[in-house]
Amino acid sequence: MENGRIARISGPVIEARGMLGASINEVVRVGREGLIGEVIRLNKDMATIQVYEETSGLMPGEPVEGTGKPLSLELGPGLLGSVYDGIQRPLETVRQKSGDFIARGTEAPALDRKKKWRFKPLAKNGEQVKAGQIIGTVQESKEISHKILVPPHTEGKISDLKEGDFSVEETIAKIDGKPIKLMQEWPVKKKRPYLEKLPPSELLTTGQRVIDFLFPVPKGGTASIPGPFGSGKTVVQQQLAKWADAEIIVYVGCGERGNEMTEVLTQFPKLVDPKTGRPLMERTVLIANTSNMPVAAREASIYTGITIAEYYRDQGFNVALMADSTSRWAEALREVSSRLEEMPGEEGYPAYLGTRLAEFYERAGRVKALSGKIGSVSAIGAVSPPGGDFSEPVTQNTLRTVKVFWGLDSSLSERRHFPSINWLSSYSLYIEQTGKWLAEHVSKGWPKAREKTMALLKKEAELLEVVQIIGPDALPPKERVALEIARMVREDFLQQSAYHEVDTFCPLEKQLGMIETILFLEEQASTLEFPDAKRISELESVQRISRMKALPIGEFKKEMKSVRDRIEIEFAELKKRELLAKKGGGVAK
Amino acid sequence: MIKEYNTIERIAGPLVFVKNTKNVMYQETVQVKMPDSSIKNGQVLEVTEDTAVIQVFEGTSGIDVKKSKVRFLEETLKLRVSEEMLGRVFSGLGKPIDGGPEIIGEKELDINGSPINPTSRDNPGDFIQTGISAIDGMDTLVRGQKLPIFSGAGLPHNRLAAQIARQATVLGEKEKFAIVFAAMGVTHEEANFFREEFEKTGALEKVVMFLNYADDPAIERIITPRIALTAAEFLAFDKDMQVLVILTDMTNYCEALREISSAREEVPGRRGYPGYMYTNLATIYERAGRIKGKKGSITQLPILSMPDDDKTHPIPDNTGYITEGQIVLSRPMHMAGIYPPIDVRPSLSRLMNHGIGPEKTREDHAGVSNQLYAAYAEGMDKKDLVAVVGEEALTERDRQYLKFADLFEKNFVNQGYEENRPIHETLDIAWGLFKTIPERELKRIDEKHIRKYLKGEKTAEKEKQAKAKKPRK
Repeated sequence: MENGRIARISGPVIEARGMLGASINEVVRVGREGLIGEVIRLNKDMATIQVYEETSGLMPGEPVEGTGKPLSLELGPGLLGSVYDGIQRPLETVRQKSGDFIARGTEAPALDRKKKWRFKPLAKNGEQVKAGQIIGTVQESKEISHKILVPPHTEGKISDLKEGDFSVEETIAKIDGKPIKLMQEWPVKKKRPYLEKLPPSELLTTGQRVIDFLFPVPKGGTASIPGPFGSGKTVVQQQLAKWADAEIIVYVGCGERGNEMTEVLTQFPKLVDPKTGRPLMERTVLIANTSNMPVAAREASIYTGITIAEYYRDQGFNVALMADSTSRWAEALREVSSRLEEMPGEEGYPAYLGTRLAEFYERAGRVKALSGKIGSVSAIGAVSPPGGDFSEPVTQNTLRTVKVFWGLDSSLSERRHFPSINWLSSYSLYIEQTGKWLAEHVSKGWPKAREKTMALLKKEAELLEVVQIIGPDALPPKERVALEIARMVREDFLQQSAYHEVDTFCPLEKQLGMIETILFLEEQASTLEFPDAKRISELESVQRISRMKALPIGEFKKEMKSVRDRIEIEFAELKKRELLAKKGGGVAK
Repeated sequence: MIKEYNTIERIAGPLVFVKNTKNVMYQETVQVKMPDSSIKNGQVLEVTEDTAVIQVFEGTSGIDVKKSKVRFLEETLKLRVSEEMLGRVFSGLGKPIDGGPEIIGEKELDINGSPINPTSRDNPGDFIQTGISAIDGMDTLVRGQKLPIFSGAGLPHNRLAAQIARQATVLGEKEKFAIVFAAMGVTHEEANFFREEFEKTGALEKVVMFLNYADDPAIERIITPRIALTAAEFLAFDKDMQVLVILTDMTNYCEALREISSAREEVPGRRGYPGYMYTNLATIYERAGRIKGKKGSITQLPILSMPDDDKTHPIPDNTGYITEGQIVLSRPMHMAGIYPPIDVRPSLSRLMNHGIGPEKTREDHAGVSNQLYAAYAEGMDKKDLVAVVGEEALTERDRQYLKFADLFEKNFVNQGYEENRPIHETLDIAWGLFKTIPERELKRIDEKHIRKYLKGEKTAEKEKQAKAKKPRK
């Protein structure tokens, strides 16, 4: 393909002739500035190319050159703490080169070429090694010991393996004479191989009550958060990125707001991982394609994210990937598809939307890696349905694949009930597995408490329908108490402030303690014959329950005990009154 | 050498198809010379080896196939910018229309701009006091934010925007500020309203106006916001100014976008708007923010009218997904005589938490705001209930909330067009409202603050009175 030339330009899609020899998904350099593009269709010597950068100013006749490689990532030490664009250009380096505004055609290697890493071999010279096997480690951050894996499709006898300080490009060993470096490449659109997929079982603790307690996701699970704008998708995603107990977090800002990326960038270095005491940024890789960055790179950003996640999974880590938002990715697919003049499917999306979404989520999971280690990728995707209508193609196709659905509800967010996850429409298909794990690791009472809580909330929904018709005054006293208790569950338990320094992360033990206190109160209330909802709502214990969120775990434990005692005393008092009233023949007043 | 072609092949809607072209750039600027030698401006939309598709901003009427000529100007659209632009009025394409001289630019900038590198952005965090309780108290605006007003035909969005432009200040600071005003398809009357408002407050020499009137060519509207933002970027990041950009009406912009898309026979998305409208709007809205190490900032206040007051219409919908919140105006509130008729429930400011708190506004701000939302939502629920079961069937608690919602609209949201309420006053009004519901219901507020502001209310009351006595300008 020596004389590839641009023939047509229309937005992010161009056509070039003289491209015989190019292959589908091959990366090409477009125009005099060498913009990065990818071949997406071939017709004899005509190639259709999506360009990952702004195309204005390009001219027909400008050269197009093939690189012979599909879009690939550099994988190696130095990924953690970095901020990349959709095609893995380090934005910090781009900034040093081209200033505060992103100039196109800026080239920068994804991994720092100068930095030296201390490499410690684990394999022995002369040993037979296979692809994916661990041959040594590099301490990437204080907590993360980066495993150096034999690159894909490589096996043989290892030699010249030595300890020392290396840059990512220097040879650390040879396998059958072929030099091995700390860094390897992998095409983004291909899933990385593993030995075997394992069923997820362990809970991904997020510290968010409505998630952990009601709709949990395990390590290696998939979840989606659809919601109209303003319902708090991004806050939930960021909360998960902050507090989920994965060792590595990959956060993909796909077609979202620039200021949100800045928020992550300014907050994460300051926030501390509750498990390790290290800054959160040290375990995070950020992929930022803001909504005004080129649309084709948006399509790539999701794959870039999941490939990095798989790479750490293969080293035996639990990785959590957040993609905000997969709808923007789907729209990028749609835009390119319409420029290709493909026959549109539902709402203009290409017919292969469902397949692509399924392929993406299938790359998540808990696996036995080639190295023999067990690692996992949990994938959590936000969906932004137009008009908040969940019947649209992206939401529906996503739900067909993922196992956890956190449906955000604008009627909740409008009253500032956050996280605004609707407890009636959301679901998790992992309840059984995580329930087992929780019963074993936290408390036997967990599954039962969850069941009871769900029953209370369902009952409330039914009662509220009745209230809509006959008014609250017409309800029998017991049902009015049920409403009061459900209100406590909603306001004092499910509601959680992301901005409160204590409440932002709620340990599992505290979650259970809080709900068990409310359930204990409910139990006590059900022993009354003529309960009075108003009197109950004014009890001191009820007031104290509503303040428990803000207590750190230590104080909380003390308070919980004392509140339980208080509940007992107060209800004993109420019962006594009931008895007295009965004897007196009047109604308790 | 500038090429001139007389090979127009086809004209369809706003598009002109030229054949036998050579070396034409994608998005190159074009001039069409008509038979009467008048000139129209345009831009290349699509280009192949020998044809170019051009969108003509001023409309294609009068262009013919035989005599009209097309000149390709060998550059993408640029705007000459300078500080001299302040106080001037330009057309939607950036030509002076106030009778003044052309701008001799300090710089020539591509009107499409470039995305700000996310690592260069500075987190917006300075509270802007607009003096409007519903905004300051519950949907706080901060510097560098993009916060649209979702309105509808006949609602007072222009008054609200003008009031914000007049009153907006950052507490305790005196800095260079400027207003960039871009009008797309507005009536002369509306444009004059803004002009007079700016004049009244003496801000006119700080304003740059770009006006595309309702009777100006629709396609020009594609360019107007981009030109305005290019000027704003220059003033903010080269000249260290705090720039407030008002864009009105984005609905007209989107309609122009749809017109071009349908002329190009593209696959339509929802309601005929192109599938790339989200990305396209993002290239406008994302041009707000702050940059590390620079003093200036761009705060955007786009106005859009929701067709049929429908928030799920593609224009408000796509906007809401890009901007950092929205201020939603409500027709029922407007009918009830409340000004500004801001419905706080669907309104939101995503950056609010960065701009409020002890050192920025007041320690109780976050709690008060949350409590107001919760209590007002509860009250509005009861309003619906009353419609069905009547007020008698309500409990005492329900009736308290019902009353709260009414008072909230009357005392908190409602205020004068000339009334500039300091944030402390806004918060104190809220505490006044909280007295009407039982104290134990105030779950969203820190106990410390309840003790200080609700129980120690005498001092707060006194402060308020003291403030009220001060004459307002």
